[in-house]
Amino acid sequence: MFYTLTLSHVLTLSALLFTMGMAGIVLNRRNIIAILMSLELVLLSVSINLVGTSYFRADISGQIFSMFILTVAAAELAIGLAIVTLFFRNRGTIEIDAADLMKG
Amino acid sequence: MLPDLIFALFATGILVGAGLIIAARNPMIGMLGMLVTFVNAAGLFILFGAEFLGLLLIMVYLGAIAVMFLFVLMTIDLEFFKLKEKSKAYLPLGLLTVGVLAAEFILAANYGLFSTNVTMLPSGEQPQNIVQIGNVMFTTYVLPFQLAGLVLLTAMVGAIVLTHRPRGDVRRQNITKQVLRTKDESMTITKPKLGHGTGTSVAKHWKPKSVAK
Repeated sequence: MFYTLTLSHVLTLSALLFTMGMAGIVLNRRNIIAILMSLELVLLSVSINLVGTSYFRADISGQIFSMFILTVAAAELAIGLAIVTLFFRNRGTIEIDAADLMKG
Repeated sequence: MLPDLIFALFATGILVGAGLIIAARNPMIGMLGMLVTFVNAAGLFILFGAEFLGLLLIMVYLGAIAVMFLFVLMTIDLEFFKLKEKSKAYLPLGLLTVGVLAAEFILAANYGLFSTNVTMLPSGEQPQNIVQIGNVMFTTYVLPFQLAGLVLLTAMVGAIVLTHRPRGDVRRQNITKQVLRTKDESMTITKPKLGHGTGTSVAKHWKPKSVAK
């Protein structure tokens, strides 16, 4: 189907997306919402990796694991947003620096 | 040639959306970037023959997760611009982390880790994507499938338990209290004399309700 596209293109795209996700996590250190979104980017990059490999190896298992990643991402996000809501209710902000009760 | 161009299009869309998420000052714009990213990723998945997964991505991410994010953004009223002001402080550390990561990836690419000589396996006549997934998921991966359900259940219960708070101004049925009532504390037996009523406090202060006109 593809003429010039190989698995390495997909891996490169995935690596780029992963790096951008990490950059988002580190650069938006104050805002929990932005961190959660960047975390989704990281998970999506892994998903793209798996689906691309699944296509080029003609093996369906990659898609299955991608689906599991989807499940875990949804669960993580539900809990994460619940914690954000709770944190905002208690502290009145969603800055990570406000989470200093443990003096860490 | 056309599929390659479509791949390039979707890849560009994904990266542009990711850039929006990172650079957005307003989280609503970041939300928009996330939508762009995931729509393009769904397109990419469909291009790679994973139709079910692509549609699932749209359903889960754009239908559920995006709405969840919007709800949280709606309930949290914040001056996000103030939040962003001092974030320059993390720039050196962030650049260091991202630089190290990017260097690792570039090294890996230089040593040929990305240039896998994977040739397309002869696929031949294959059943539909969803049939293939079903054949594998409900046989080989049936236990992980169940565990995934368990993870979702845990997340659901956890989210409810975390955010639920008892409110004082709402009358609610307390079943334990109801069941533990005894006869002595909730009931008095009297033998009223004729013409004197029961003589309990309730009866003393009782007045007939005003009849609605």
